[in-house]
Amino acid sequence: MPDTDVDTFADFIATQVLDPWKGPKKVPAEEYYTSGHRTCQGCESAQLMKLMAKAGGPRSIVLGATGCMYVANTTYYSTPWAIPWMHTQLGSAGSAATGTAAGLKAMMRKGKMKKEPINVIAVCGDGGGADMGLSAISAALQHTQYNLLILLYDNESYANTDIQVSGSSPWGANSTFSPPGKVKRIMNRRWKKNTAAMLASGHPECRYVATVCTAYPVDAMNSVRKALTIGGPTFVHSLDPCPKGWDYDPMYSHELGELAVETGIWPLYEVEEGKLKMCGKSKRIVSGQFKRKPVREYLKRQGRFAHFTDEDIEYFQSKIDDMWETWLIPGVIPFAAA
Amino acid sequence: MTPPDLAVAEKIEGPSGETEELISGSEAIAHACRLADVDVITAYPIRPYDTVMQYVSQMISNGDFDCEFIVAESEHSQFEIVKHASVVGARVFCGSSGVGWFYAFEALAVTAGLRVPMVAMVGNRALDDPGAFGVEHNDALAVRDLGWMLNWVSTAQEALDTALIAYRVAEDKRVSLPCAISCDGAFLTHSQTLVKVPAQETVDSFLPPYDRAEKQLHPDNPITIAPQVNEDWLMEMRRQNDMAMRRARGVIIEAYEDFNAKFGRSGEPFIERYMMDDAEIALVGMGTLAMPVRVAVRKMREQGKKVGFVRVRWFRPFPTIELQDVLGGVHAVGVIDRDYSFGSAFHSGVLATEVRSALYPMESPPKVISFIAGLGGREVSADNVIEMADMAFDAAGGGDINDQDTHWIGVRE
Ligand SMILES: Cc1ncc(C[n+]2csc(CCOP(=O)(O)OP(=O)(O)O)c2C)c(N)n1
Ligand code: SF4
Ligand SMILES: [Mg+2]
Repeated sequence: MPDTDVDTFADFIATQVLDPWKGPKKVPAEEYYTSGHRTCQGCESAQLMKLMAKAGGPRSIVLGATGCMYVANTTYYSTPWAIPWMHTQLGSAGSAATGTAAGLKAMMRKGKMKKEPINVIAVCGDGGGADMGLSAISAALQHTQYNLLILLYDNESYANTDIQVSGSSPWGANSTFSPPGKVKRIMNRRWKKNTAAMLASGHPECRYVATVCTAYPVDAMNSVRKALTIGGPTFVHSLDPCPKGWDYDPMYSHELGELAVETGIWPLYEVEEGKLKMCGKSKRIVSGQFKRKPVREYLKRQGRFAHFTDEDIEYFQSKIDDMWETWLIPGVIPFAAA
Repeated sequence: MTPPDLAVAEKIEGPSGETEELISGSEAIAHACRLADVDVITAYPIRPYDTVMQYVSQMISNGDFDCEFIVAESEHSQFEIVKHASVVGARVFCGSSGVGWFYAFEALAVTAGLRVPMVAMVGNRALDDPGAFGVEHNDALAVRDLGWMLNWVSTAQEALDTALIAYRVAEDKRVSLPCAISCDGAFLTHSQTLVKVPAQETVDSFLPPYDRAEKQLHPDNPITIAPQVNEDWLMEMRRQNDMAMRRARGVIIEAYEDFNAKFGRSGEPFIERYMMDDAEIALVGMGTLAMPVRVAVRKMREQGKKVGFVRVRWFRPFPTIELQDVLGGVHAVGVIDRDYSFGSAFHSGVLATEVRSALYPMESPPKVISFIAGLGGREVSADNVIEMADMAFDAAGGGDINDQDTHWIGVRE
């Protein structure tokens, strides 16, 4: 960027350097998301909160949009957060992060607060982030003068309000707004949004966008650490199995996360400084070292797809096949060259 | 709209570094932001308030003012951004008009609920539909129940002074509530008058730095803000906000006294009394309406008609005591609303309903005649005012003017 003389750009406030943890044994024991929450047993979004807080560490501020990770997490007088935490409105994750980062930056520049890099992390669900709050997140990703991370926990429904279909719910999934009935079997006819790639490709100045899954906890934490270290506005999208919304026994949360990746439904990748890198099993799917499991193995494990016919499953499979076989960038960018 | 050029404004140096400049209400507010050393400002375009942001951005690009200036992607984000900036300790400013203010409504509600002491400017504008640019007060009035302090100013000087007072009151620990300054669109936002712009030192002696203390969100103070509550706690929290608004009254009085001592101007805090000493009937209104009303009052006084005018400066907290005091002795009160409240008691505007309610417990309250005038920026002429005053005189003399209905003035039926 050309030297823009006066003020804001000149006094860039550095980020914390958070090196990746090489394996679970290197991860410190300290927890910053502790007891006090009342999320469902097997809630992977709660797991993500714990991992994120660990990854960011004590010099972090967390903003949480309305949703399960607010309502089930922070009952008055029993907060699980050992780091500063504040509620923000359902569609406000982008604005909350921007405002917090801007406030800190202004105060530090003007000598009203001690200068130090503080992690600013805003957390939102798929409903709050990928539907209602999309424009605010988009705006946040353009303000490159602020260091902030937007972490989207995707449980594929408006879970807190009793599991309603969102723009990130899978095609055909049963929810309280898309119940299969006597005449209509498939009420949700929308295909899941491709949020992370949309944000990465739509915001070329954004230096880090990644997808993660809590079934791979060390990778998820390292993604958060990388996002916070790289600086500027960054975005991480996590797929979180939700026993209540997906209708399965809580003991299978971890397994379902793995299956989402292994079937190719949830591709893992990161876009760092404009370079795309496939990660984990998704990388091996692309290179042909790992053969995608049939989506049936994933769908059949969840009550939300119990009404699927063989034809429905085949349709689902064909859409996932397209994703890896015909997309311009397999699993990421959905156009085929004309 | 051409971007404003600060260099054009005339500057006349006054006592103790104060300058006198020919500026609009919007530019006066921008000066207040600079003088208050605001840390974070967010903007989004909508007329007429957005002229403030044109001046602010020019001050920043000229190096006259240092703050984070963020052009948001919506009013909702505009207000959410500053809310969060305020919670980490930054002094913030924001504003909007008409439907823009409504687009931010959720954020406005939580800002008051959380008792974030931000200062906002509302450039009053009619709500869509149909799209219209002119002034109506329904935009700002919509937050009247939420815990926002609200005031209406009538000159650019008052806009500047009130913005400084607003920061002091809002940030006072006894209050800690947001405050919105309403400026009539076009009439005030865009009209230039000579304004005394105070020196930085005088402002600094009046306005202490913003200090959130134990409520600051920071890693050194790892608190949880706005956790979920139920019927077990919400009522106590609402009660605390109620108490804060009650305490605001005394803090406002204190601030005006100190402002007067330091700047040599401010006037009575809650209301302006114009020729009320021996008035038999009174007109009541807010904002720039004061101009034609004062002219009409003087004209009528020349004809020996004992009419006065009360301009409500603070709508929240509502000046119940002052209105009882000033209106208690008159025979009839004509309230002029530049707003509507369809389906309300007597089909009145919002101000008339509040005034009636404030006067009701008095032993022999005056008759209240309610008028709706000047909607959508339609001019309220001195003749319109005389028409309203005559109706109030008629009611006072036992005439057949209906005080159980509302009279629309200057409307084609
Ligand atoms: C403006 C607004 N509309 C609706 C709601 C009701 N609401 C509360 S939580 C929630 C669900 C949010 O879904 P998501 O963001 O996916 O988070 P999850 O509940 O799944 O964790 C909704 C719709 C709200 N709080 N605010
Ligand atoms: S409904 Fe789902 S996301 Fe919400 S607390 Fe339960 S498991 Fe977690
Ligand atoms: Mg969700």
